Amino acid sequence: MTVAFEEKAVLEFKGRMLMMTVLLLKDLDPNTLHRQVSQRLDEAAQWLRDAPVVVDLADPGSADQVGLMAAVDTLRGLGVNLVALARNEHLDSDTAAMLGLGSISLAGGRDVPRSAEPAPAEQPAEPGHTLVIDQPVRSGQQIYSRGDLIVLAPVSTGAELLAEGHIHVYNTLRGRALAGVRGDQSARIFCQKLDAELVSIAGIYRVAEDLPEQHRKQAVHITLDGDAMRFADLK
Amino acid sequence: MTKIVVVTSGKGGVGKTTTSAALATGLAQRGHKTTVIDFDVGLRNLDLIMGCERRVVYDLVNVINGDANLKQGLIKDKRVEDLFILPASQTRDKDALTLEGVEKVLEGLKEMGMEYIICDSPAGIEKGALTAAYFADEAVVVTNPEVSSVRDSDRILGILSSKTRKAERGEGDIPASLLLTRYSPERVERGEMLSVEDVKDILAIDLLGVIPESQAVLNASNSGAPVILDSESDAGKAYEDAVARFLGEQRPHRFLTANKKGLFGRLFGAQ
Ligand SMILES: Nc1ncnc2c1ncn2[C@@H]1O[C@H](COP(=O)(O)OP(=O)(O)OP(=O)(O)O)[C@@H](O)[C@H]1O
Ligand SMILES: [Mg+2]
Repeated sequence: MTVAFEEKAVLEFKGRMLMMTVLLLKDLDPNTLHRQVSQRLDEAAQWLRDAPVVVDLADPGSADQVGLMAAVDTLRGLGVNLVALARNEHLDSDTAAMLGLGSISLAGGRDVPRSAEPAPAEQPAEPGHTLVIDQPVRSGQQIYSRGDLIVLAPVSTGAELLAEGHIHVYNTLRGRALAGVRGDQSARIFCQKLDAELVSIAGIYRVAEDLPEQHRKQAVHITLDGDAMRFADLK
Repeated sequence: MTKIVVVTSGKGGVGKTTTSAALATGLAQRGHKTTVIDFDVGLRNLDLIMGCERRVVYDLVNVINGDANLKQGLIKDKRVEDLFILPASQTRDKDALTLEGVEKVLEGLKEMGMEYIICDSPAGIEKGALTAAYFADEAVVVTNPEVSSVRDSDRILGILSSKTRKAERGEGDIPASLLLTRYSPERVERGEMLSVEDVKDILAIDLLGVIPESQAVLNASNSGAPVILDSESDAGKAYEDAVARFLGEQRPHRFLTANKKGLFGRLFGAQ
């Protein structure tokens, strides 16, 4: 007789969205790279220096393995936290593995034309500082706050709000709102009319399709409870 | 004082050129010296809508390159006093439109005492549209009542807030107002199109006017006379209202509801 034996699961796969910085390299010359990257890192805020980075190549077709290895070494030597290589027809997961990197297909990938440059992100405020925006946030615009973010105007479909702290939208939220982007699970999202494409707290997210029906187009208050997003009426 | 107005949209074919022609003509009819410039290099059609295509000798690029001076490039309208057209080039390449060149042309028009300069933007959010918008003091955003057009208008509004000369100088956003064109109240009622309220809600800018979908626009472009000159037509009246509002007058919006011509209406010939 065999005894049915159920082993306790020691793992769980979670639907999580992580914030990663993409470093697009237009040239792999190690000297140039060293000079420019170290200069940028000197100017950059701490969050950028700690950020997990995905390396993407502007011209992956012309990159040879040796050049790529040299570039990766240079970046690592400067303390850049490399985690993956953007995947495309020239750079597969084997190439990435050889460099000790994961392989990630960037959302939209190369199909997205690069010509339409995204609107520059709003200057990140100081840590803990609240950023207040009183103009509409339009499609293609991105706002980043190192503290809380308060928006007093509509946020359009195709716009993106990112905050290390809470996000308040005292108007209609049609775009994306990502609070606690550096992992603060106590971050919250408040909005007067929820019509979002996506809401996320500390990487846990819901897309428009999965928003609770009774809260759609209503005033809501969104919190994180463990791995579950909680939606409550904002009265 | 000269006011430079860009007529823009993001999405193509929504009525920018129709609007530029009507707005410029309407302003000139009221005695304001106005020039309308076609920035759509390679696809010129403002001159067709204005009915002056057979009088084009020089164009915007010629003037920028110094092949002709501004006076030679400007075409004076035959119907309306105080109205001038600066056509786009059909043949030349787009790179000829430099910001320095455009600035020189605009300065020249200011010296000639133009009160309004209307810039008919090409579609898109790339260089051509940015060049047309760069020197603007004000924007008229042309939108059709459908999702993709509204999205593109939203996008262009975002771009305007950072990419005009005023924005770059830290003088803030230029004022922008919404002109909703090709509006069909019947189709709105059937839920096939967004309503005025929907569009206003999404774009959150002032409404300059609503132009109905109208056969008069087609007739006007076929006959080479801006639709605003067809003062009996619905679209002509709607553009005339928009021009009045543009100049600060308060006017109620018209043509927002469907003409109820049911069985009763047809039997008794009621309007
Ligand atoms: N109110 C209206 N009713 C009916 N047809 C219209 C109306 N407005 C514009 N049209 C038609 O739509 C088409 C596009 O108009 P127009 O050329 O003014 O658009 P545009 O935005 O300048 O286009 P492009 O992006 O190609 O420059 C034309 O055929 C025009 O006759
Ligand atoms: Mg046009």
